[in-house]
Amino acid sequence: MEAKVLMINHEKCTGCRRCELVCSVFHENVANPSKARIKVEKWEWEGLYIPMSCKQCVDAPCMNVCPVKAITRDDAQGLVSVDNDMCIGCRSCVAVCPFGAMNFNPMMKKVFKCDLCDGDPQCVRFCDMKAVDFVDVRKESLSKKRDAAFKISEAKKLGATIQYEG
Amino acid sequence: MSLDRKVAIVDLTTGKIDIKAIPLAVRKQFLGGRGLAAYLLYNYSKPGCDPLGPDNAVIFSAGILGGMLASASARTDVMTKNPLTGLLGSGNFGGFFAPELRYAGFDHIVVIGKAAKPVYIFVHDGEVEIKDAKNLWGKTVTEAQWAVREELGDPDVKCAVCGPAAEKLVRYANVMTGIKNANGRGGGGCTMGSKNLKMVAARGTMDIKIAHPHEALEFDKRFIEQITSAKVNQTMGVLGTPFIWGATNSWGGIRTNNFQFNQLLNADPIEPEEIDEWSKESMGSEYNMSACFGCQVHCRAKYKIPDTPLARKYGLVGKYDEGPEYTSQGAFNGEPGCTGLDTLLMGNHLVDQYGVDNLEIGSTISWAMELYEKGILTTKETDGLDLRFGNDDAVIAMIHHICKRDTWLGDVLAEGGIRASEKIGKDSFKLLIHMKGMQNLHSDERATPALALNLALASRGSDHLRSRPAIDLYHLPVDVMRRIYSSPVAYDGPLSSDHTEYIGKPWQVAWHENCYMAVDCLGICKYHTTFLGATLPNFEDWAKVLYYNVGLEMTPKDIWDVAERSNMVERLFNIREGMKKDDPFKGEILAERYFTEPCKRGAPDVIGKKIDKPKFLEMRALFYKYKGLDENGVPTPESLKKYGLENLDKEPLRI
Ligand code: SF4
Ligand code: SF4
Ligand code: SF4
Repeated sequence: MEAKVLMINHEKCTGCRRCELVCSVFHENVANPSKARIKVEKWEWEGLYIPMSCKQCVDAPCMNVCPVKAITRDDAQGLVSVDNDMCIGCRSCVAVCPFGAMNFNPMMKKVFKCDLCDGDPQCVRFCDMKAVDFVDVRKESLSKKRDAAFKISEAKKLGATIQYEG
Repeated sequence: MSLDRKVAIVDLTTGKIDIKAIPLAVRKQFLGGRGLAAYLLYNYSKPGCDPLGPDNAVIFSAGILGGMLASASARTDVMTKNPLTGLLGSGNFGGFFAPELRYAGFDHIVVIGKAAKPVYIFVHDGEVEIKDAKNLWGKTVTEAQWAVREELGDPDVKCAVCGPAAEKLVRYANVMTGIKNANGRGGGGCTMGSKNLKMVAARGTMDIKIAHPHEALEFDKRFIEQITSAKVNQTMGVLGTPFIWGATNSWGGIRTNNFQFNQLLNADPIEPEEIDEWSKESMGSEYNMSACFGCQVHCRAKYKIPDTPLARKYGLVGKYDEGPEYTSQGAFNGEPGCTGLDTLLMGNHLVDQYGVDNLEIGSTISWAMELYEKGILTTKETDGLDLRFGNDDAVIAMIHHICKRDTWLGDVLAEGGIRASEKIGKDSFKLLIHMKGMQNLHSDERATPALALNLALASRGSDHLRSRPAIDLYHLPVDVMRRIYSSPVAYDGPLSSDHTEYIGKPWQVAWHENCYMAVDCLGICKYHTTFLGATLPNFEDWAKVLYYNVGLEMTPKDIWDVAERSNMVERLFNIREGMKKDDPFKGEILAERYFTEPCKRGAPDVIGKKIDKPKFLEMRALFYKYKGLDENGVPTPESLKKYGLENLDKEPLRI
C-alpha cells in the first residue's frame, strides 16, 4: 500500500478558506487561520485561489537542514514530522522549505507543519469542492496524466498542432 | 474565553479611541452583528441628527459567530442613520472582513465625528489607529483595497471600504469589501464619505477560542451537509442567485419598465445558463465560482466583460468581476427593459467599482426613464440622453453620471427618489416605487401579499432580506408550514400555502423578521437558513452552533427573544427619527401603485393581481399585534418591559 498524499487542484478552489479554519480548530482548538498548516494564497481580481500545504517531500529539505535532527520522515506513512521537544526554534527549516509549508509559532517559539491529521486530513474532509484531496501517490500521477491527455485531445479538436521542443 | 472581542469607539473629530469590553449581559440580550449594532446606533447617534453630519454614527459589526465554525460565518452589518431615508440604514456583506476583524480582536467599530481630511482606520491585533488616506481617496473600490495592502505591506488585510460614489455623497453609496461584496441598502458608504472615512482595514492573528472544539467540528460537518444537500443550494453553487431569474420571470414576478409590466420579454441573453456559460468561457475554467469565508455554497461566478461595441465605448472590455447576481439582472435588465448581457456585466462592474447600491441605482434610472417617456423629463434635463426604456447605452451612461454627479440629472438622481421628485415636480412622486423612501428591488409583489407586507414593514425600507417569507412560493404542504411557523413559539392561527392569499401571512412575516434578525446577529449567511428551504437550519440548530462554538447556553426561544428585542430597537430608532405608519414618505405603507395598477403579464394566477388595500391594512394590524405593538406600530409599555427596553432612552450606556 502506497502512502497517500494531499493533492491540490487549485482550479477547483473557491477561495473560501474553510480548510484553514478547520485546520486551526483541529490542531489548536481555536479559530485562527494564521495557525493553520494550510494557507490559501489568493489573487482575488483574477479569481486565482491556490491552497498551499506541505508536500511531505521524500528528500525533505526541512529535514536535511535541521541542525538537531528534530525532523524525521516516516516512509510508510509518507509523513514528515517535527519533534517539538527537540526543536530549538532556529527556523532553518522555515527558510529552506520551497513551498513555505513550514510555519513558526512565535508564542511557543516552535515550528509547525501539516501532520495529515492522523490520516484523516480535515482540510480534505471539509472541502466541498475537493480542491484538496487525499489520494494514493500513484493515483495522483494517473489523474494528472488523464487531465493532460484531455487537454491535448481538446487541443486536437481545435486543430492545434502540438509542438515538441528539440 | 470565546467572548473576549471588543468594541472600539473612534471619534474622528477629536481622534480619541475608546476600547471597551462587551458585558455578558449585553451579549445575552443582543448576541452581536445586527442586534448589537442597533443597540449601539441607538446610543451613539444623536436623535434627529443630520445623517451627513458628525453626530451620525456608522457601526461596523461582526456577528457573534464571525470567523468560527458555522456556515459562512462571514457577515458584517454596517449600520447608520441612512442619508437616503433619514431612518435606519443597515446593510450586510459577506466576504472576509468580519472574520478578519474578529481575529484582530474586535466585534464592533463605532465611528462618530468627522475627520478634517481623508483618513482610514487600521485595526490589528487589539490595536486601532487612525491613518492618513491621502493616497486612497478618489480610488475605486478595488484600487483602494489593493493600494492599502501595498501600503501596509500585507496582502491579507481585509477592508470595509467606500468608493467614489460615497466620496461624492451619493445617498445610496455602499460599503464594499473584496471585489463585489456589497453592504447595500443602508447608505453606510455615504455616511463614511461624509466623515472623510475611506475604509476600515483589518488584519488579525489572534485566537478565537472554540468552546467545544471536537463537538463543534463534528456538528459543523453535519450542519454543512444539511446545507449543501439542499437542491436549491446545489443549483446556487453552479448558477449563483440568477438561478431564480428564469422561473420568476416566466411566472411574472419581475418588475419591468418601472412597474408598468411584470415580465421581461426576449430575456434569453441573460438567462442564468447563458451567464454561467459566459463566465466559464471568459475565465477559461469549468470551476468558476468564488465563495465567502467558510462557505460551501459558493454563489458568486467570476467573469470578464466581453468585447462588444458598448463595452468598447466605455473602455470596459476584459475587466474582471464577480456576480452578476439576481439583483443586478433586475437593476440593469428587468427594470430598464434592457436585454444585453454586456449591459448586465458592465452595470454590475460599475456599481462594484463606484461602490453604489445596484437596486437603488437601477430602480432610480428606470423611474427616470418612465418620467422621460411620459414627458416629465425632456432631453433638456437629460443632457440630450435618449432615456427610453430598452436603451442599454443610456443605462450605462446614467450610472456614470449619477456616481460622478456630473450632469444635472445625475446630480439630482444621486439624491434619491424622494428628493429628486421634489426637484423634478409634476407627477414624478406618484410614479416612484418606494417604501420608507427607498426604492424597491426589481421584484413584483402584487401577486404575493406576504412579500408585499414584508416590503412595507422592513426596518430599513423596501427590502427583500428583512422578513421575506420566500418559501411562500414553494407551495409547501400546510403541515410542513405548521412545523416551521410553530417553533420556537407556538402558533395555531391560520396558515396558507397559497402565495396569493392574505390569510396567515402576517404571522409568516413576523416569524421571518425574527428568523432573519437571529441570522444577522449570529453573522451567518441567509442562504444557509430557512430563507430558501424548509430543510435548512433553523432556531434549533443555531442554539447548538452557538453552544459548541461560543459556549453560550441558550434555548431556541432565547435566540428568538434576542431577535424580537433587536427588531424592537430598530423600530424604536425609526420611531425616534420620525416614522409614522401611514406617512407616504417614511411610513409602513406600499407605494400607491401596488393598490391601483394590476399586473399585465405572467401566469394566470398573476395577471390582474394587485394588492387589496383594506386586506393589506388588516395584515399590517395583525402583524403589529403579533409583535407587541399598538395600533400605530409603537411598542406597548408591556412589550418594552418584557424585553428590558423600557429605559433605552434614559439609561446610561452599558457599553
Ligand atoms: S476549503 Fe477547498 S475550496 Fe475552500 S479554500 Fe480550501 S481548498 Fe479552496
Ligand atoms: S515542510 Fe516543506 S520541505 Fe518540509 S516536507 Fe513539507 S513541503 Fe517539504
Ligand atoms: S492535512 Fe490536516 S494538518 Fe495538513 S493542512 Fe490539512 S487540515 Fe491541516
